[in-house]
Amino acid sequence: MSDQDIRTTLQDAVLQALAEGTPLNITGGGSKSFYGRIAQGRALAVSGHSGILHYEPSELIITPRCGTPLAEIESTLAEHNQMLAFEPPHFNARATLGGAIACGLSGPRRPFAGSARDFVLGVKILNGKGEILSFGGEVMKNVAGFDVARLMTGAMGTLGVLLEVSLKVLPKPAYEASLYQAMPLAAAIAIMLRWAGQPWPLSALCHDGRYLYARLSGAEAAVKGVCGKLGGELLPEAERFWQDLREQRLPFFGGADALWRLSLPPAAPLPRVPGKWLLDWGGAQRWLKSQAPGEGVFEVAKGGGGHAICFRSGDRHADVFQPLEPGLKRLQRNLKGAFDPHGIFNPGRLYRDW
Amino acid sequence: MIASLRESIEADAILYQPEDLRPYECDGLSAYRALPWLAVLPETIEEVQAVLRLCYAMGVPVVARGAGTGLSGGALPIENGVLLSLAKFNKLLEINVPNRTARVQPGVRNLAVSEAAARHGLYYAPDPSSQIACTIGGNVAENAGGVHCLKYGLTVHNILSLEMLAMDGERIRLGSGGPDGPGYDLMALMTGSEGLLGIIVEVTLKLLPLPQKAQTLLAAFDSVERAGDAVAAIIAAGLLPAGLEMMDNLAIRAAEDFVHAGYPVDAAAILLCEVDGLAEQAATDCERARAILWETGAREVRVAENEEQRKKFWAGRKAAFPAIGRLSPDYYCMDGTIPRRRLAEVLERIAQRAAEHGLPVANVFHAGDGNLHPLILYDANRPGELERTEQLGVEILKLCVDVGGTVTGEHGVGVEKINPMCFQFSPAELTQLHAIKRAFDAKGLLNPGKAVPSLHRCAEFGALHVRCGKLPHAELERF
Repeated sequence: MSDQDIRTTLQDAVLQALAEGTPLNITGGGSKSFYGRIAQGRALAVSGHSGILHYEPSELIITPRCGTPLAEIESTLAEHNQMLAFEPPHFNARATLGGAIACGLSGPRRPFAGSARDFVLGVKILNGKGEILSFGGEVMKNVAGFDVARLMTGAMGTLGVLLEVSLKVLPKPAYEASLYQAMPLAAAIAIMLRWAGQPWPLSALCHDGRYLYARLSGAEAAVKGVCGKLGGELLPEAERFWQDLREQRLPFFGGADALWRLSLPPAAPLPRVPGKWLLDWGGAQRWLKSQAPGEGVFEVAKGGGGHAICFRSGDRHADVFQPLEPGLKRLQRNLKGAFDPHGIFNPGRLYRDW
Repeated sequence: MIASLRESIEADAILYQPEDLRPYECDGLSAYRALPWLAVLPETIEEVQAVLRLCYAMGVPVVARGAGTGLSGGALPIENGVLLSLAKFNKLLEINVPNRTARVQPGVRNLAVSEAAARHGLYYAPDPSSQIACTIGGNVAENAGGVHCLKYGLTVHNILSLEMLAMDGERIRLGSGGPDGPGYDLMALMTGSEGLLGIIVEVTLKLLPLPQKAQTLLAAFDSVERAGDAVAAIIAAGLLPAGLEMMDNLAIRAAEDFVHAGYPVDAAAILLCEVDGLAEQAATDCERARAILWETGAREVRVAENEEQRKKFWAGRKAAFPAIGRLSPDYYCMDGTIPRRRLAEVLERIAQRAAEHGLPVANVFHAGDGNLHPLILYDANRPGELERTEQLGVEILKLCVDVGGTVTGEHGVGVEKINPMCFQFSPAELTQLHAIKRAFDAKGLLNPGKAVPSLHRCAEFGALHVRCGKLPHAELERF
């Protein structure tokens, strides 16, 4: 178990970078270093800031330092039959909590249980002035001050260095079952929409191009009752399947083409882009393997009412995240300035302009 | 200004006579009152833009207002400012059944959404007590909660996109039609921002399938401590009730006198625990909850036998605030949140402080999330009682912060808790919050003076707090 407080070292490093005008590339376990635009700046290694500061199972909260490995957090929770319900992808064994929150990624349970940001209750950060600040806390409901804690989720480290995050955790389901059946994609979209509108204990819903997969979680009697309504076969080694989906180890994710993530209304028709699709989150998170040019993918994502991210294997010098409308861009740029006025954190990782 | 406004807005939607402004002088926190300079009631987004552009050009502050049910003075007018009522934005624009969303204008009432969605088997989960009257725009501005947020989350967890106007009138869409939006999570930042960052003109809400079955248990305890332990035990056992509410003896008696819900009036505390889901799920969870409540020392556990009895169990809880209102000419509702495991201790300490001040306190609250609502009973006509009440209130909030909690769980800071914010945030943290405000509203014209105290104010408040050990009197510049 890790337990090390290097916050003053990190603070000194930020102050030094400020004094020298040297940008910093915040680095944890390196598991998501492929994600976002190309990193610039001197490495600021944060995984040494580790250890679980506070875990109170009856409060459903855990507060680790951000360099704590996700695996350590998950095994600690499992001892009390609890879990991170947003099922963060690890992408390697060194993945840290800080990286998971900074990237704001969530796994298959997300549409039914909530996203990474939904479970963030509080943060301690180092801002771009080298100040250590806390927002939110360890309580479920807190509306004092702006919600900086959730704002940090998915900010790609561009607003500050995450030092600690308090998360809401959930009990593991008493029982789970997964089913699958062969089905064309268009039919699967319609079925997923219909199922998700029922008061059923769904906890994952995806289509990999050939099969529709569903997971149910809850009381055994409730889960078994719904299994009959869904139809299909029981999925063997189900836990491994959902993990492989989360970790992008399914055959779909292989190959050299760029991997795009489109966030869309679940009922959106399948965009007309050459390539192959995998639909997760009941159709709201759509993975696309394609050689299509970036502008085209951003265009169809916007046209479909959502947005796109070039997740892997694309041009990391170009736009990786959906270009922003002018008004929204101005607000986001102002916000960057409010946290990091000298632009020292992860410059260019999120957008080329900052 | 009025002449310029009339170029873009109907004359009868611009109010400036004192008698016309009177209905806007306060929100649900009626101890604070002020008349705005002007009140405007625009009907279209273009009209709101015109108001904002004019105010921006002339440097006039703007306070947005929904139904005015807020409990922290967030919609308290500013005397030299414009009160912007969004009451006419009351259209439910679209219920999208396949995507399970509702697109609404900000003046739509919270309950109206669930009523409209019900025929599709859907509902909108956040259910603040005022849901019959409060509006979605205000719910977003305050990040409203409710009885069911332990399981279903707060407003921030249940909205997908927003259309807002910046102070200069620019129209900006946040979030997306998908489950998240591009770039920084401005949806989170706008939710609970108390009208300081932008004017919300449209909201897309997430709808959930209506649960098939809800089952409610009522457990009576001989001590508040045991009831608090039962709350922790239920959560620790892995149950996630849809609602878990506690009432203390004063609240039980008041509610029973008022609505005859059949509550045990000699109990020190009761818990209402609601589980929901498929019938099999609700039955399983209900049995487990019943067992845990017994094991933690409940002296009586009742399970509602039918829907009528379930509603009766809730009737007392829902009527608790007006019921307590009958006990005393005035009451003051607090809103701190604490870690659940400190419940019994904090309630004990609140009772001690209340006794020292000679003021009765009733407790009715969301025990599952540790969100306390101590109600201080007082009579504003008795000299000094309002001041003692406010002082007790500040002591209670300080206690919440001291045990690791927050000064406001769901009612917001507004003007009411502007001073206690100084307990919770350091000067550097407050400076950061002000920098966020400036990123959205460089001229500081949106609801100025609310939600985030100035450093100057905290220095003054802190100094007074240390020197005298009590707050300055309310009439001496509370805001």
